[in-house]
Amino acid sequence: MEEKFDVAIVGAGPAGISAACVLADRGAKVIVVERGEYPGSKNMFGGVLYGQSLGRVIPDYAQKSCPIERNIVESRISYLSEEGSIGFAYRDQAFFGKLHNNAFTVGRAKFDRWFAEQARAKGALVVCSTVVTDLLRDGAGRVIGVKTDRADGELHAKVVLLADGINSPLAVKSGFRPEARPESVALAVKELIELPEEVIDERFGVSAGNGVTIEILGSVTLGMNGVAFVYTNRRSISLGIGANLCDFAKQRVRPYEMIERLKLHPAISPLIKGGKPREYLAHWLPEGGWESVPKLFHDGLLIAGDSAMLFNALHREGSNLAMTSGRLAAETILHALEKGDFTSRTLKGYAARMEESFVLKDLKKYRRFPSFLKTHGELFTTLPRGALEALREILTVDDTPKETRRKSAWRAIRGRLTPLGLLRLLFDAWRSIR
Amino acid sequence: MHVAVCIKQVPDTAEVKIDPETNTLVRAGIESMANPYDMTALEEALRLKDKYGAKVTALSMGPPQADSVLRQALSMGADDAVLLSDRAFAGADTLATSYTLSKAIETLGLAQPVDLVLCGKQAIDGDTAQTGPGIAERLGLTQFTYVIDVESIDPDTRRVRVRRKVDGGFEVISGRLPALLSVELELATPRRASLPMLIDSFRAPIKIWDAKAINASLDLVGLKGSPTWVKAIASPQVHRAGPKWDAAQGLSQAVSAAMDTLFSDENFAAAFQKGWKP
Repeated sequence: MEEKFDVAIVGAGPAGISAACVLADRGAKVIVVERGEYPGSKNMFGGVLYGQSLGRVIPDYAQKSCPIERNIVESRISYLSEEGSIGFAYRDQAFFGKLHNNAFTVGRAKFDRWFAEQARAKGALVVCSTVVTDLLRDGAGRVIGVKTDRADGELHAKVVLLADGINSPLAVKSGFRPEARPESVALAVKELIELPEEVIDERFGVSAGNGVTIEILGSVTLGMNGVAFVYTNRRSISLGIGANLCDFAKQRVRPYEMIERLKLHPAISPLIKGGKPREYLAHWLPEGGWESVPKLFHDGLLIAGDSAMLFNALHREGSNLAMTSGRLAAETILHALEKGDFTSRTLKGYAARMEESFVLKDLKKYRRFPSFLKTHGELFTTLPRGALEALREILTVDDTPKETRRKSAWRAIRGRLTPLGLLRLLFDAWRSIR
Repeated sequence: MHVAVCIKQVPDTAEVKIDPETNTLVRAGIESMANPYDMTALEEALRLKDKYGAKVTALSMGPPQADSVLRQALSMGADDAVLLSDRAFAGADTLATSYTLSKAIETLGLAQPVDLVLCGKQAIDGDTAQTGPGIAERLGLTQFTYVIDVESIDPDTRRVRVRRKVDGGFEVISGRLPALLSVELELATPRRASLPMLIDSFRAPIKIWDAKAINASLDLVGLKGSPTWVKAIASPQVHRAGPKWDAAQGLSQAVSAAMDTLFSDENFAAAFQKGWKP
């Protein structure tokens, strides 16, 4: 008699393992199939995880030696032009105290492994180096399991959860999600730059164990719609930059050239000075927002995390959306197991839970944000220099009266953006996030 | 036929670093893997099982987390797995290790005599190639080292014929069972587990034997049973890095700067004029 699982989860990332933990905790028979040699071996993200989302799955994660790199106590935003930068930094004592681990950096290779170990300890089976090649269906088209690339590789399950990431050939092949369109995807590259712990503490002005995130906008993406980031790990700095895939194709820019230029920028190079590049990674990000989220449930199938294009481009959040979607999928599946019904009639409860949660509420609220960035290319081309020149005018001290200075500052902006254009930029920005 | 395979868990040596100040191996955060030579030995054992019918027992000595290499062995088709784990086993050199493994093989033999012991030629961390021969010597087994092919095993005459690597070629020799084979990588490529076997391997019980279970003398195992002591570990001399030219301002500029420097050396320029002979 062939073995049957309650749930087969494709992908051992934050979404899949969150689901596995919740399901195994409640006694469901779960198997997670991961294509990498170990969980985390195929992954990349900027590096920030959120304590609350993880705590909903593993409440005592901090006591269970979760491999946290640094607790984030300061968030910076930098607007860079070629010659300089305009910045904003926010630091709050709350992040040292009651909001400790609100956000923290982790390395995926370590974290995903640890996370999968927690699922294993709860009774979930996690098999690695195994690729799911197709979904199994019955005559009525219901999903009843997965097919893997191993011998005798068919796996029967009452529900399949697709959590196999942005580049999900399975979702595409099975028709549950159209192939990601280039305009809905960002290509990001990241370097891990090794530096001594005390050097990082000093450069970023933090005490041991605490860290800083810097989100970077401006012309560093060479006119393309994209962002860069600098995140502090314990003994390394994650430096990354990404832009819309369409723009890459149009501008014929190579991602590694972009990151090399970023490293030479006067605002960035002092931060990484003397560091040794240890890793170079590249990955896709689902940036299409609300419009690109596919139908999340089918007969015998749910989709979570990056596979479902769950990413908040404005707040640069993804891992928490993945974890929450995995947890909500698991709760839906537990309900289905109770009822003994695995058709979309019961599984549609997942979509309802998601709409109730911040995940889809946020994506819906910011649904105009992706197109805002796309239509306002000046944010990445002319405006950074304009803003910098305007500030330079205001802050240069000589015999020029301030009145004249203010006029030239305004000219620096106006030369690049008409008053009407500026108004439209502000209006569209407000509309995209209101 | 009963085949025992010895498998060592080793650090992924591609990642191993030596601390230049203390001259000791940096072990923190290093991932472990099954010694590749031992996995070749396991694959050969499984082939013999397919061909002649045999019980294959995988054997490993190490801390409790070394059970992952045994689960890997079970997923590939080993019938049984035994982990030799005891604080007293820690710090063993090859003499103590071969003693401990031979006692375990003796213990295995109480239930079903062991006809063949398969080992990797060496472990990729220590590179000594001593443990296999040590086991053969202690158990009085016919010893075949550097095996690249097991040509035949005759169950009636109880003779095994193997091809072994020697300088400049190979030799074919035969001998009586019970025997120990230490194998080269070219003998076999380890198979990929089927999905049901992989799943079962996570649930299979792994026997854990301590010193008492294998009736080993505490004076002969672990650090106590190891006459070898490491006087020093040194990193090889690092070659001084040559000059570098930064290509940040463009590759062609960097190349011309490099060329200028090269040709500023008169000897080099003269040699270049005459035609370059390395």
